[in-house]
Amino acid sequence: MTGLEIIRPGPLSLIEDLGRPGLASSGVGRSGAADRGSFLQANRVLGNPDNAAAIECTLGGLNVRALSDLDLVITGAPAPAKVDRVPIDHGVPFPLTTGQELRLGVPKTGLRSYLAVRGGLDVPAVLGSRSTDTLSGLGPAPLAAGDQLAIGRWTEQSVADPLPTNKPPASGPLTLRVALGPRDDWFVRPTDLLDGEWLVSPNSNRVGIRLDRPEPAADQPALGRRDDTELPSEGVVLGSIQVPPSGQPVLFLADHPVTGGYPVLAVVRGADVDRAAQARPGQRLRFALE
Amino acid sequence: MSVRVLPAGDAALLIELDSLDAAVALTQRVRAAELPAVIDLVPAARTLLVQTAGGTDLAAIGRAVLELAADLPTQAPEATASDALVIEVSYDGPDLAAVAEAAGLDRSGVVRAHTETLWRAAFIGFAPGFAYLTGGNPRLRVPRRAESRTTVPAGSVALAGEFSAVYPRASPGGWQLIGTTDQVLWDTDADPPALLQPGRWVRFVDVTDGSPS
Repeated sequence: MTGLEIIRPGPLSLIEDLGRPGLASSGVGRSGAADRGSFLQANRVLGNPDNAAAIECTLGGLNVRALSDLDLVITGAPAPAKVDRVPIDHGVPFPLTTGQELRLGVPKTGLRSYLAVRGGLDVPAVLGSRSTDTLSGLGPAPLAAGDQLAIGRWTEQSVADPLPTNKPPASGPLTLRVALGPRDDWFVRPTDLLDGEWLVSPNSNRVGIRLDRPEPAADQPALGRRDDTELPSEGVVLGSIQVPPSGQPVLFLADHPVTGGYPVLAVVRGADVDRAAQARPGQRLRFALE
Repeated sequence: MSVRVLPAGDAALLIELDSLDAAVALTQRVRAAELPAVIDLVPAARTLLVQTAGGTDLAAIGRAVLELAADLPTQAPEATASDALVIEVSYDGPDLAAVAEAAGLDRSGVVRAHTETLWRAAFIGFAPGFAYLTGGNPRLRVPRRAESRTTVPAGSVALAGEFSAVYPRASPGGWQLIGTTDQVLWDTDADPPALLQPGRWVRFVDVTDGSPS
């Protein structure tokens, strides 16, 4: 067969594409690649359709073997990669011939790398998408050793221009631009969000980034609510910063729930959500108004 | 009727309304209007989230939605029996006794209360295809279980707060389980995949002893 075999999946490797937009009224979230910019970049440089499925690999550790002659590319978090001990350039297509093995190390910066194949991964689609939604369980299971993935047929097409090259994810503090609302009026001082730094909790995943204060110091206020009224559940968007009663905010990523029962204080600008999706546990974040 | 348009990032608006019925009615109007650049609608208890493709004039979308929200009905439309999806239920759930006690009814009283009114799918949340049904007998308002179950089977008929629901797929859950149904509510090959869409009427029918009573 044409294809790719998973030898080791690393901590978490998932199949993702651009997800399932338009199904929210059936309770289905969009899901899809967490860092869409890096995902699109991978497909563009290979001449794939934008929605061709690829592997989203969290913190490297992925080993694969070619079952046929393939062309691949790695984008997103710059995981050091080798084919037969020869280093591979990040973001540049490379061949993997039948039987050859590709090994991804742990990226020094960023969290999620995208490994795309010319032709795209050909696994069964669910509701029009090959994405794994870790919240609802829709889509393929997380990749496991021994999985053999078929590759779609690639036909030369009018290739859209590659996106401007993504900057590699930064290791230092990230500043994300936000717009306040829809529920900023539920908080005593909504702008406390903008005050001081936040820390990406290890307890973060594709549903959302949990945010802690670096030290629970007096100069870094928690996000106090005006009262303890319960909010009737309402629709939430990608990038929403939801604040449960604990005061520990959650920044929603690709697999966020369709509705939420806690007030959303602010929403991260769409263009900055990709950078948020590359933030590693322990990394510092700041929020700034646009 | 008060309608507020709240910002929800750079590609969406959250429309806040007085009631669930207003939210359902506005959702139907906005869907029918096919506004350009609107890619998804998320109705909920008091709100409608309008999501756009981005790079859209949100102010213009807000104005268009406000126009559609003029003279919204404040009450649900009258249901007729033919509108309702009939769901046959065996009232054999593990929490039926606890619900009966909380409601101050006996088991058959719970079944009667659950089957005697029409329910309406208000919104979908929590999980794919999980419809929150409203309009039940107020005596059936029971709290969620103190502890969630790690797995609730698909087809479980449940109560929590003012809502009833049928678990469309197996999932964890903290609602009180009063019965089971064979009705398929979730089918990834169907369009839409969730049988219960917001606004849909439902009637539960008791088939505990094999045939509709």
